[in-house]
Amino acid sequence: MAKITLDNLAHSYLKQPKSDDDWALKELNHDWADGEAYALLGSSGCGKSTLLNIISGLLRPSRGRILFDGRDVTDAPTAERNIAQVFQFPVVYDTMTVGENLAFPLKNRGADPKYIAERVNAIAAMIGMEDQLRRKARGLTADAKQKISLGRGMVREDVNALLFDEPLTVIDPHMKWELRTQLKQLHHDFGHTMIYVTHDQTEALTFADKVVVMYDGRVVQIGTPQELFERPAHTFVGFFIGSPGMNLFDAQVSGATATVQGVAVPLGDSYAPVAGQVQIGVRPEFVRLHAGGEGLPARITRVEDVGRHKIVRLDVGGTAANAILDEGTPVPAGADRVSFDAEAINVYADDWRVAPQSLQGRAA
Amino acid sequence: MNKTVNQKAWFLVLPVLILVGFSAVIPLMTVVNYSVQDTFGNNVFFWAGLDWFRDMLESERMWNALGRQLVFSSIILAIEVPLGIFVALNMPKKGFWASFCLVLMSLPLLIPWNVVGTIWQIFGRVDIGLLGYVLAKLGVNYNYTQNVIDAWATVIIMDVWHWTSLVALLAYAGLQSIPDAYYQAAKIDQASRWKVFRFIELPKMAGVLMIAILLRFMDSFMIYTEPFVVTGGGPGNATTFLSIDLVKMALGQFDLGPAAAFSLMYFLVILLISWVFYTVMTNLDKRDGV
Ligand SMILES: Nc1ncnc2c1ncn2[C@@H]1O[C@H](COP(=O)(O)OP(=O)(O)O)[C@@H](O)[C@H]1O
Ligand SMILES: [Mg+2]
Repeated sequence: MAKITLDNLAHSYLKQPKSDDDWALKELNHDWADGEAYALLGSSGCGKSTLLNIISGLLRPSRGRILFDGRDVTDAPTAERNIAQVFQFPVVYDTMTVGENLAFPLKNRGADPKYIAERVNAIAAMIGMEDQLRRKARGLTADAKQKISLGRGMVREDVNALLFDEPLTVIDPHMKWELRTQLKQLHHDFGHTMIYVTHDQTEALTFADKVVVMYDGRVVQIGTPQELFERPAHTFVGFFIGSPGMNLFDAQVSGATATVQGVAVPLGDSYAPVAGQVQIGVRPEFVRLHAGGEGLPARITRVEDVGRHKIVRLDVGGTAANAILDEGTPVPAGADRVSFDAEAINVYADDWRVAPQSLQGRAA
Repeated sequence: MNKTVNQKAWFLVLPVLILVGFSAVIPLMTVVNYSVQDTFGNNVFFWAGLDWFRDMLESERMWNALGRQLVFSSIILAIEVPLGIFVALNMPKKGFWASFCLVLMSLPLLIPWNVVGTIWQIFGRVDIGLLGYVLAKLGVNYNYTQNVIDAWATVIIMDVWHWTSLVALLAYAGLQSIPDAYYQAAKIDQASRWKVFRFIELPKMAGVLMIAILLRFMDSFMIYTEPFVVTGGGPGNATTFLSIDLVKMALGQFDLGPAAAFSLMYFLVILLISWVFYTVMTNLDKRDGV
């Protein structure tokens, strides 16, 4: 187990990267704390696998260094880093039995046969394949093969970190939930540093204490699920997390007031003058509907009942927006205005969150 | 689903049937015809039954040729298959050099058999051939026309030069079909190079290797032109393989009956061995499954 430090890390798959777009991974500095469980969340193609492969040593970064507990391992081969990684699509050794597959990483490290047998049985129980240990891996379903891959990832106890690259993509929803619970349990029992890559926010938010959100080769925010919900650091985080995502409106901000479509919107805090493209973001949970009175003129285009709550689709002066109403709350009759909870409004300049004046210096 | 029944569709198969009939069945039947008859010339034939087959089975000459043939094919397979795999493993995976290697490797496959024979016949000559001359200068007593070992070595090296590419190209195709994730997983699992070969590459190549082995077996078992051009079957009968012997018998001595019986048995042996190869290998394949 180790603390993993990324020091000015960047990667491009091209030999001579020119523009910013050529970098699959933009410059990155981050410490993965020892024993913490992280979820790495981002849409497909944003560089999650690239980052994971660099940590495990399958890929050498174009720039920067990786340190394990302060030791530079940038040029150390995968084997030396002693990391477990599970890939999105199942990899099994077809000609081996299920049991041999699970034992493979231990055998390669020359572990004691008795210990191997013990571990294989324990892991087989975890993935629910005790009665198939003697079966050849070839011809198993994708589900079963991925469980074997997961098992091979978990079989070593002494790894520095466990990396999961969207490991549950091919697994059916019920089993998904069960395996994720197992992984959490494993983390609880052994306290490995774990990084769990996913593009599914529910998966990320339920798995990890800390969620790392990536967008276009950049880490845009690292935080607890609550932080990501309340204070998205980037419009992408606001949009990507939550369903539906955060509403964004073009605005001018001065002091504690934003002006949206000519209407003054009170903010929870005051802001220094902000430059660039300014927007305010507010989650649908904090959008209030009412007939007449204060607020922005809005038109209801559709109401969707999704069980625990209702999603109200709105057209606010040409900008699409959403509001969420609790199940019991009826849509106000003749609603034609929306207003926002002032405390829940975030201000963005060129997609990045602007810290309010009272907090500046603390969270820039 | 509704299927239209149209018996006229059979006519579409007819051209193929006719083609196969003329190219394979009818010629084969002439051989069958000769194999059960005898003649004293003048185109007068009479029934000989299975006499020729019995004669051939008792003929030391045929057994010797068969023995030589089996040894030759075994050596060929034992060299070309591992060598082909080795070459495939070391070829670049992509880019300019991959294409370059592919073209280079295909070249020997495109050269006609008798040209290959001629090339090596000249190449190995002590007086003018590059190989023979250099060896002679180095003090090696090399002469494929007189020394049995030299003759065999020349024929084998020639075949390896000509055909290893085929095995290599097939093995290469098998290797190319392995997703990167397998190699990555193997690195994570800390597998040695040998284990990567044994548990990833070899299983993924098994299918194409089976084809390669079958092709190389059948082809080497029927080899005629190259040794005929280089050694003419000599020195003595040292490199007289089955086809060479067959041609000597049929055309050289005009023993049509025995030669026909010989051909049929030859054909059956190839069929039998290929079938055994195929069944054994597909069973090995299946045993791993389910
Ligand atoms: N082997 C590669 N060669 C070139 N480009 C690659 C390679 N792998 C990934 N990329 C590119 O790098 C970017 C990030 O990819 P990846 O890390 O796989 O994203 P993710 O795992 O988040 O879906 C993508 O634009 C992808 O096209
Ligand atoms: Mg990926």
